[in-house]
Amino acid sequence: MRVTFTANGKPVEADDVWEGESLLYVLRERVGLPGSKNACEQGECGSCTVYLDGLPVCSCLVAAGQVQDREVRTVEGLAEEDGELGLVQQAFVDAGAVQCGFCTPGLLVQTDALLERDAQPSDTDIREALSGNLCRCTGYEKIMDAVRLASARKCAASGEGDQK
Amino acid sequence: MTTRTVQGEKNLQKIHQSSKDGIGGSPLRPDGHLKVRGEFAYSSDMWHEDMLWGTALRSPHPRATILSVDISEALKVPGVYAVLTHEDIPGEKYYGLEIADQPALAIDKIRYHGEAIALVAADHPETARRAVKKIKVEYEVLTPITTEEQCLDPETHGYVHEPHEYKSHAYGNICHEQKLVSGLGVTDEVRALADVIVSGEYEVGMQDQAFLGPESGLAVPAEDGGIDLYIATQWLHVDRQQMAPVLNLPQEKVRLTLAGVGGAFGGREDLSMQIHACLLALHTGKPVKIVYARDESFFGHVHRHPAKMRYEHGATRDGKLVFADCRIVLDGGAYASASPAVVGNAASLGHGPYVIPNVAMHAIALYSNNPSCGAMRGFGAVQAAFGYESQMDKLAEALGMDPVELRQLNAVTQGDFMPTGQEIDAPAPVAELLQRVKDMPLPPPLDLEHLDVRTLPGALSNTSHGEGIVRGVGYSVGIKNVGFSEGFDDYSTARVRLEVIGGEPVAMVHTAMAEVGQGGVTVHAQIARTELGVEQVTIHPANTEVGSAGSTSASRQTYMTGGAVKLAAEAVRHELVEKGRHRYGWTQTDIALVGGKVVSASAGVLISMVDLLGDEVIEQTREHHHRPTVPFDKETGQGFGHVQYTFCANRAVVDVDVELGLVKVVELTAVQDVGKALNPLSVVGQIQGGCTQALGLAVMEEIVVKDGKVRNASFTDYLIPTILDTPPIPVEILERPDPNAPYGLRGVGEAPTVSATPSIVAAIRQATGKALTRIPVRPEHLTDTL
Ligand code: FES
Ligand code: FES
Repeated sequence: MRVTFTANGKPVEADDVWEGESLLYVLRERVGLPGSKNACEQGECGSCTVYLDGLPVCSCLVAAGQVQDREVRTVEGLAEEDGELGLVQQAFVDAGAVQCGFCTPGLLVQTDALLERDAQPSDTDIREALSGNLCRCTGYEKIMDAVRLASARKCAASGEGDQK
Repeated sequence: MTTRTVQGEKNLQKIHQSSKDGIGGSPLRPDGHLKVRGEFAYSSDMWHEDMLWGTALRSPHPRATILSVDISEALKVPGVYAVLTHEDIPGEKYYGLEIADQPALAIDKIRYHGEAIALVAADHPETARRAVKKIKVEYEVLTPITTEEQCLDPETHGYVHEPHEYKSHAYGNICHEQKLVSGLGVTDEVRALADVIVSGEYEVGMQDQAFLGPESGLAVPAEDGGIDLYIATQWLHVDRQQMAPVLNLPQEKVRLTLAGVGGAFGGREDLSMQIHACLLALHTGKPVKIVYARDESFFGHVHRHPAKMRYEHGATRDGKLVFADCRIVLDGGAYASASPAVVGNAASLGHGPYVIPNVAMHAIALYSNNPSCGAMRGFGAVQAAFGYESQMDKLAEALGMDPVELRQLNAVTQGDFMPTGQEIDAPAPVAELLQRVKDMPLPPPLDLEHLDVRTLPGALSNTSHGEGIVRGVGYSVGIKNVGFSEGFDDYSTARVRLEVIGGEPVAMVHTAMAEVGQGGVTVHAQIARTELGVEQVTIHPANTEVGSAGSTSASRQTYMTGGAVKLAAEAVRHELVEKGRHRYGWTQTDIALVGGKVVSASAGVLISMVDLLGDEVIEQTREHHHRPTVPFDKETGQGFGHVQYTFCANRAVVDVDVELGLVKVVELTAVQDVGKALNPLSVVGQIQGGCTQALGLAVMEEIVVKDGKVRNASFTDYLIPTILDTPPIPVEILERPDPNAPYGLRGVGEAPTVSATPSIVAAIRQATGKALTRIPVRPEHLTDTL
């Protein structure tokens, strides 16, 4: 089948998609967006998290056909329009929250979604929100630091009236 | 057409560093930007026009005789390009890290659940999976050999490898053993010298590395008949060494380039899909990509050895250790992998960082029909630490002593001797580490009034509002060796080039080091900056075009490859300065490279490096060898076997719901001596990550194997700690330089994984009063509902 949808604001189409293919497979292998990662393909690790119509989902659990005419935003779409790193991306780099980095794309999307909902989450809120994203390398401490840093920067930015 | 293969090569190449940070600073990862953009090409992201997908048929039985394999139906599936069995292997059929006992594809026999029997290449991964289901295998299913008793009685239960079998070193079903005796050993006379004796039996479950990036890679057949493999691994050269004879190719025609690695932790030390992808690519003449699904990953790599241990310790009334008698039995599973070296570690480190006048130790690894076990972070020292640290707590209780004081009283220090007879000739601040971890502030006590129930055991499931919750605190310390031991000439190679690019001096570092997330690429740039006084450093992609870097394991890469980068950079510096002396007749002896200039403390700036270099390129390659070690004597375990020791101490605070048996680690504190922190940010990250894997082993992680069959090969059933399971991990770093090591550094990555598990179990014991002799501790152990 043919599937057409929007990925990071651009229309994309994939041909000869087999019915059982996941959105993750289509993104990674058919439309040239390998940023979302394939760690379990079972909904357990969150490495494949993308926005689907503005909500974070595990793309490995979404059948490709389900995204027809819908909007997908992946880690590749988190950067600013001018190509600069997005606020959450920059915070993960600055805090040393990236080691092997395989968990990072999913964590970035999930963190972005958390801070959209609640720009100043408590530590417990952060842990709750990120509990579906496994990281095997960092021990999560620096991920906590990164989210706190992103939250602080976001609040500072909006305090200065930069946020629309 | 450009392919993402090219992007893979570009991963590390494109990264320019502009930070001034040399060693001791914490510049950010050079690959960080690519990784947060989703542009870093991991091995599973490799892509090539026209590529095929490979997959393997795996055995559903742990032990069987293969009567026949019929691939004819599989070959008929549209889209299938090849179906291969061991008969299609052009060269040697067996390989292995230490003993070549593992067939690349099963021949006649199945020795473990999940063993690969046949391979398929097809135009879509699903086509390949469907074709695999059409391969017909006739088995004669045999009763698996799975317990220690069965393994040690081959007359009754049989052999995993028949004694005459190809390259197997088995005698009985013992893969390797190491004994150790020091002082008077442990006899009745020695026992009589002790006032208090405690003994215990301990068991460690099978842990998995559970790296997130699945085993994967892309094999591309080359015009010269060779093969190019883009692969996530820990040691490019040792992969090639094992692969070439099987592929029947000379080593130079097997070219490996490191693709992005999503964690390793020992699980990529053995080959997984390397040979399979290359066989399919060479057979079809097309690029072949293999990406393991998570269940295949659990079958496709070796795990941490499960262990059964018996310990007996004796001490005087005032707490001085008199003797330790230990027996450690490791289940090595079907193939040897790194079992012999793991046994060596367990035997030589298995009594802990303590001075013990009389020691008897017997460590063995068995061949069984359980999954193969090999390298995992902590490598033989982890299992033993759970044994000896449990014993220390038991002994403290028997003596009525504080468990930390007992440990400090017996702690090794510089100048002491290990039971192997090896003198500890570098700082060993074990007592100080314990003191510091004890002195760190404790988290606030449980306050049921102002509590977010999400922080309790059971967390989000809202299983408790504080009733039945008891807090406990526990301590531990551990010892680990750094680098490869027992006489292995464990060297590393680095090539450093200096040239002017865009009007600036730029250094390029080329090694074959596998960056698996540990941060070696950051540190190499820091070293080059420090030694050459430049800002810009490029890291060349790791491949087999430069000499071996050895393995990214055993906490050795900063020591070994970092050391090689240092040597090569020093050689470049020397050549540059000599050039200046020759041209300008400098006579100063205090010449250094700083900030892009050649300077002398006495004469100031001599010249800029740009002017001195001009169009010339200076390039030097150096190997770094550590000081020699020797194999342990087989019977006595004596010998200078280890390059360096490293130590970490921990304190765990836990809350236990004693009604439900649920444990929440509230805080896990670590204090570690790192000799010299080349990059403090990375060092802390390594320690926190290591502690978290130890937490996993303490309370949740286990591959459940029943009658040789793996019951939980998925992330649904094999539990690794989430961010909710993991507490704050405060870390304090000590820097006591090791005079033998580059910059005085000490390997970092493994020590916390060795030491942290026992502290958590000690804390749970303190909270519950339960003996807890098996890890992971499960709810049923705490509620007596086993
Ligand atoms: S890959 Fe989708 S949740 Fe793990
Ligand atoms: S950084 Fe490796 S899995 Fe998170």
